[in-house]
Amino acid sequence: SLPRLLIVYPWTQRFFSNFGNLSSPTAILGNPMIRAHGKKVLTSFGEAVKNLDDIKGTFSKLSELHCEKLHVDPENFRLLGDILVIVLASHFGKDFTPACQFAWQKLVGVVAHALARKYH
Amino acid sequence: MVLSAADKTNVKGVFGKIGGQADAYGAEALERMFTTYPQTKTYFPHFDLSKGSAQVKGHGKKVAAALVEAANNIDDIAGALSKLSDLHAQKLRVDPVNFKLLGQCFLVVVAIHNPSVLTPEVHASLDKFLCAVGTVLTAKYR
Repeated sequence: SLPRLLIVYPWTQRFFSNFGNLSSPTAILGNPMIRAHGKKVLTSFGEAVKNLDDIKGTFSKLSELHCEKLHVDPENFRLLGDILVIVLASHFGKDFTPACQFAWQKLVGVVAHALARKYH
Repeated sequence: MVLSAADKTNVKGVFGKIGGQADAYGAEALERMFTTYPQTKTYFPHFDLSKGSAQVKGHGKKVAAALVEAANNIDDIAGALSKLSDLHAQKLRVDPVNFKLLGQCFLVVVAIHNPSVLTPEVHASLDKFLCAVGTVLTAKYR
């Protein structure tokens, strides 16, 4: 999802100037730093799935980090969420039913909201 | 936001692969939009929105035809969709945010049925194209 985000919405690359070669889709897809970071992001997402009853709590510290240190506009969380849904769709095909898509779009929305919650 | 030559090639390629399935994709995109974003149903109080609805199928066909028309006239989307743009501005007045929602659902449908087609680059091009169509359809709103 992360490389795809950087390719589909290239302005999101602004947060990754220290991540080496982002000069082309091929470079982005092959970039080990980006892959590693994508893994980090998705693992964190997995925490949300494990703690569906307290997503706000789960992302409280990460929210502060994204505001105070990383300075990421929360709109980017929504963009990543949309990309993740499309990646899931391409992996699961017909199993990614409309009901499933509904649940996941809600989840990515809730995660985005939780990550933006501590912004000040 | 401008469609590059590569974007145009990618978009035409996608619609070439979709071919006759476009009608079904349109219907499925609508169905998913109504399920995923229930607020979009407010524009269709006169429709039967239950699963398999003939009205949704019919409307999906119309949406797909417009997208195909735009893809076939990709150098002048505004010209190709001019009448539809008038219709949306004067009669339908669908809030602009909703075009993004339908676009997302259309991408999901393409991803489900043609995962190998939707490489990151093609995804980018198709997303840009769908944005461009939305922009044209809302261009005359004010």
